[in-house]
Amino acid sequence: MATLSENSRKFLVELCKKYRNDEHELINVLHEAQDELGYLPVEVQHVIAGELNIPDARVYGVVTFYSFFTMVPKGKFDISICMGTACYVKGSELILDEFKRRLKVKVGGTTEDGIFTLSTLRCVGACSLAPVVSIGSKVFGNVTPLQVKKIIDEYVEKAEELH
Amino acid sequence: MSVKITIDNTQHTVKKGLTVLEAAQSIGIEIPSLCYMKLHDINIENKPGGCRICVVEVKGRKNLVPSCCTEVEDGMDIKTHSMRVINARRTVMELILSNHPAECLTCAKAGDCELQSLADRLGIRELHYEGEKTHVRKGNSPAISRDPNKCILCRRCEMMCNDVQTVGCLGAVNRGFHSVVAPAFDKDLINSVCTFCGQCVAVCPTGALTEIDESAKVVRALNDPTKTVIVQTAPAVRAALGEEFGNAPGTLVTGKMVAALRRLGFHHVFDTDFAADLTIMEEGTEMLRRLKGYLAGDKDVKLPILTSCCPAWVNFFEHQFPDMRDIPSTARSPQQMFGAIAKTYFADMLKIDRKDLIVVSIMPCLAKKYERARPEFQQNGNPDVDIVLSTRELARLIKLCNIDLNMLPDEDFDQPLGESTGAGVIFGTTGGVIEAAVRTAYEVHTGKDLPKLEFEELRGMDGLREATIDFDGLPLRIGIAHGLGNARKLLEDIRSGKSHFHAIEIMSCPGGCIGGGGQPYHHGHVEILKKRQLALYSEDGSKKLRKSHENPYIQALYKNFLGAPMSNLAHLLLHTHYFDKKY
Repeated sequence: MATLSENSRKFLVELCKKYRNDEHELINVLHEAQDELGYLPVEVQHVIAGELNIPDARVYGVVTFYSFFTMVPKGKFDISICMGTACYVKGSELILDEFKRRLKVKVGGTTEDGIFTLSTLRCVGACSLAPVVSIGSKVFGNVTPLQVKKIIDEYVEKAEELH
Repeated sequence: MSVKITIDNTQHTVKKGLTVLEAAQSIGIEIPSLCYMKLHDINIENKPGGCRICVVEVKGRKNLVPSCCTEVEDGMDIKTHSMRVINARRTVMELILSNHPAECLTCAKAGDCELQSLADRLGIRELHYEGEKTHVRKGNSPAISRDPNKCILCRRCEMMCNDVQTVGCLGAVNRGFHSVVAPAFDKDLINSVCTFCGQCVAVCPTGALTEIDESAKVVRALNDPTKTVIVQTAPAVRAALGEEFGNAPGTLVTGKMVAALRRLGFHHVFDTDFAADLTIMEEGTEMLRRLKGYLAGDKDVKLPILTSCCPAWVNFFEHQFPDMRDIPSTARSPQQMFGAIAKTYFADMLKIDRKDLIVVSIMPCLAKKYERARPEFQQNGNPDVDIVLSTRELARLIKLCNIDLNMLPDEDFDQPLGESTGAGVIFGTTGGVIEAAVRTAYEVHTGKDLPKLEFEELRGMDGLREATIDFDGLPLRIGIAHGLGNARKLLEDIRSGKSHFHAIEIMSCPGGCIGGGGQPYHHGHVEILKKRQLALYSEDGSKKLRKSHENPYIQALYKNFLGAPMSNLAHLLLHTHYFDKKY
């Protein structure tokens, strides 16, 4: 098992303590741990299990049950393609395919440069703009496959600025 | 308190608080069920209400209800087998089967599979739905084979692993179609906290969890003219093997088992009970030494001493209580003592190399398969025990060879490793090891004969028991736990200093080895275990010699080979050390 940095370990120990090392607070602990560390690798789950005095299998079961939790690091930008009914009939699958092709990742995957994570969601309540792609808090409406490259380029630039 | 209900058009008064399923059972109506399992004697129940096979019709309710988790109410009018129910039940079954791999021809569970017999009972002849099949990686280990594709997610294994055994190895992973019961982080069992107790296998209704079948290895060994193949049989096997041949639970088949093994072609048929007597000599001596040291005020001596015969228990404390691994006795288990003696003392007698002697064990246990593969029980790569078969595997092998167990004459074990006392026999049940140890330790310590050999206070089926035995003025406090959840309680008491015991016996499986993971399936009828227990006590009662130190072949072994209990050679061959497996 890869080792965890001493700081991360301390953070997790303190976090569990904050929740009185109560096993019923597992989901809250995982939530905050992911907020802080970005993802929940095996070592993180193992430390949390130990602190809450529950088997690793229980923590792992919860992490794999909720799609919110992730065991792999996410990219800087999360590209979410809406696959809700309205977007779907307006061709969101073609847009998803274009993102997959250009980013060379599957749904849930993160690009090698760590900039993008590709995911899907069900309806953001903007059906009049279908098909919809959301990145962070920004929503792109009436997206066509031809616009995909432009969107990607825009965020690659942003990522470079952030550097 | 009772309620009046109508079941299948007849009125009944049943106890309040029962589920519809239990109420029906109490009046002789069996509602088919699948995920549901109740183990009465250990007070454990699995009723996730997940499979929906047990649905019944309740007048006034729109939907069918799962009878395993619906309580009876006054005035309830229930139909357990109406056409609507039958229709739903068959559909549910077809849906369960829609993604089940139809590998019954080669499945280890075929013939013993609850899914298979239920499909038959419901008359499923055609599958109208074909679902997408899951393709989850199978997992092997030295003892347990996992095929999640055959899993129906009944969660019985999870209940045994987490609630009864508190091992916490198996849990549900992922969701929806991708759900699977697996160890944390999808590791193989061998890299997990699994103890290989096999209780998950004992309750799995399908072929998702089975033992690693090693019978082909035995056939190969018996076919090899250059090998001498010997066999040892654990105490609990003789009290359960008969069930596989239609005998009532609790039927002892010791003599017939020996005859069958001889007909299978084993060159010498020996008894693990012999090694159990040897274990008592070593463990009993260690117990007395530690007790004397403790009473003399030696601060380095720790009490209580814990038994160490059970390999799943050894795995449990190595994983979960490694800080306490200096408390259990260092004595190896009878299986490993037998192997070590066979490959030295007996191989020398035959004047053959240990590599040409194949030691096969017949065990009620799956953890024994793991134990025999531990590196510390090998010499230059040659294991002390070569092959371990479970009681079930032996039964299959006997049937395979067209041997009618019930028609065989009773035969005796071979010598010198086949003689045993009644003390060795009761090793197979909870309370038996410590009773056997007390019989010898008492007489060695006091120099007096025991007036009565049966220690009723050590017997029984309660998960945690305690008794005080008067050792001629010294009150020896003894604790007994079976089921690892109970063992955990005792260990936590020891760790926190609450424990006041001098000696503790621990067996991993409910009931002890008689309820082992390699025994004939109980299919939820754990009352069978009591009958197996009585069978062992009756064999003990029928023996002329009932104290390990009186076994003449054990005496000869010490005189001619080992010297004395806990001698240097005994340490080398009969004792072991434990590892910290916490990660």
